[in-house]
Amino acid sequence: MTNEETVQQQLTAAFPFLASAVRAVRARRIFADVEYPHFKEVLEYLIREQKFVNLCTMTGLDEGATLGVIYHLATMEGMTVNLHTHVPKENPLLQSVMAYFPSAEAYERELKDLLGFNVQGLPEGNRYPLTDDWPDNEFPLRKDWKPKWASPEEGK
Amino acid sequence: MAQSNSFKIPIGPQHPALKEPESFSVALRGEKILGVDIRLGYNHRGIEKACEERTFLQDVYLIERVCGICSHSHSTCFVQAVEEIANLDVPKRGLYIRTLFAELERVHSHLLWLGVAGHEIGFDTLLMYTWKDREVVMDILAMLSGNRVNYGMNTIGGVRRDISPEQIQEVLKGMDILEEKTKYYIEVASQEATIINRLSGVGVVSKEDAIRLGAVGPTARASGVDRDMRRDDPYAAYPDVQFDVILDDHNDVYGRTVVRLKELMESYKIIRQLLKKIPDGPIAIKAPRKIPAGEAFSRYEAPRGEDVHYVKSNGTEKPERVKVRAPTLANVQVVKHMLKDRYLADMPIVIAAIDPCFSCTDRSIALHRHDSRKRDVVIWETVRLAGIEWYKKNGIDFTALNKRFMARLQK
Repeated sequence: MTNEETVQQQLTAAFPFLASAVRAVRARRIFADVEYPHFKEVLEYLIREQKFVNLCTMTGLDEGATLGVIYHLATMEGMTVNLHTHVPKENPLLQSVMAYFPSAEAYERELKDLLGFNVQGLPEGNRYPLTDDWPDNEFPLRKDWKPKWASPEEGK
Repeated sequence: MAQSNSFKIPIGPQHPALKEPESFSVALRGEKILGVDIRLGYNHRGIEKACEERTFLQDVYLIERVCGICSHSHSTCFVQAVEEIANLDVPKRGLYIRTLFAELERVHSHLLWLGVAGHEIGFDTLLMYTWKDREVVMDILAMLSGNRVNYGMNTIGGVRRDISPEQIQEVLKGMDILEEKTKYYIEVASQEATIINRLSGVGVVSKEDAIRLGAVGPTARASGVDRDMRRDDPYAAYPDVQFDVILDDHNDVYGRTVVRLKELMESYKIIRQLLKKIPDGPIAIKAPRKIPAGEAFSRYEAPRGEDVHYVKSNGTEKPERVKVRAPTLANVQVVKHMLKDRYLADMPIVIAAIDPCFSCTDRSIALHRHDSRKRDVVIWETVRLAGIEWYKKNGIDFTALNKRFMARLQK
């Protein structure tokens, strides 16, 4: 049995509700979907038991009624789990994972700026990556957001 | 009391040491750094959004312009994800050429870094030497692709240009020259007291901290973190070549210098193997315009560390989502850690030692004329003429001066 199949099997054994939600798509690549209420326990299991000690990045997604986020987790040996979860768009509340991965700070600020996630537990600090004078409630990576073109008078 | 004799100084966004905008707010007591607050984002131009509005093929060229140095890294990382979604079997020869460019890019990037590092510690002779030698690999890249950076080699399904046997001979000649030079730099770095003393013990990060903070690339490997995507998550032609992952246990800027220098030697080794083993055959297969629905996560060992792209397709010709995480963003927390309780004077070299690339980090592009919705490619001549016009309008006219200058040149 290959490595990713072992992880897939152990993960579904530990969390039977993930039975149809874990896919080993190719060598070293696993995709998994988890409902947000179960997210924390699955994440902690992956870090502690399966040694996914590295957070490659976090991808935010506009999925229509929900906002999705994928935590791209990796082991030191090169195995990757792409752990997908989602929260309702009208209340996109996420708990920060900075306690597990300090490097998540930049990724979570990005989710906040570009997609409008409300990340709880992020320390006070500079925003990233938009400018300080960027208007509130404008989230460029949301699908309904279109750039507003600068008029010729602007910037003169 | 502790607060009363500490103060903050802002450095940037026009940074005195680096060529890209970023802003540091440094809390100091005397010369000692208490903490650093980093503000990034000055190069953010919305490339991920722009990718969603373009076709997959257009995105290859857009993604290539995320970064001026690791252009091939980003485009390879992106096309790999798309090829995985579309289930394309890229011909071997295409993969070999792709890998060849990846390593040539690493060579030019590491030599560039060595020069910058020399400059930051006041050793400008090293800058002049390494940048002169770097021209060897720049010429090779220009010969093979027509460009010094942004090679335009990748396409979905393979590469766009083949290489000829004559070109292979030229590349091999270049490798011989560079290997000899690199051996000399390794000798210099291991014997020259000024380099060793200036870089040792500066910007220290332990192995545990490097893992905890998510360090990538030579920064991580110089702290003994045994991680290299070329070996751990092999892609392109890397499964077919033999090379060593260079590790060091100095944990400081000196270690990062040693790692990059030794990695250069490994790159020459990889390039020679690739050119020896390169199979005949096609260099690309035709990719469909519409990419089937799916998602892929691609990892790539760029010169600065692990570059990752996530691509999601919805079955149309345009991607649903493209996510880019450049290596520098992963190393930002590490820099904060390295600077704490260190001296202000070490700041330029500590920051330079992660080989930061803020354009990558912030991602970029999309050029619009501000007076219309039209997109334009602005050529250098247009910019030059616009500059001349602007000065004329403001009462400054260099025409006479230029004529005198040209006349003198012709004499």
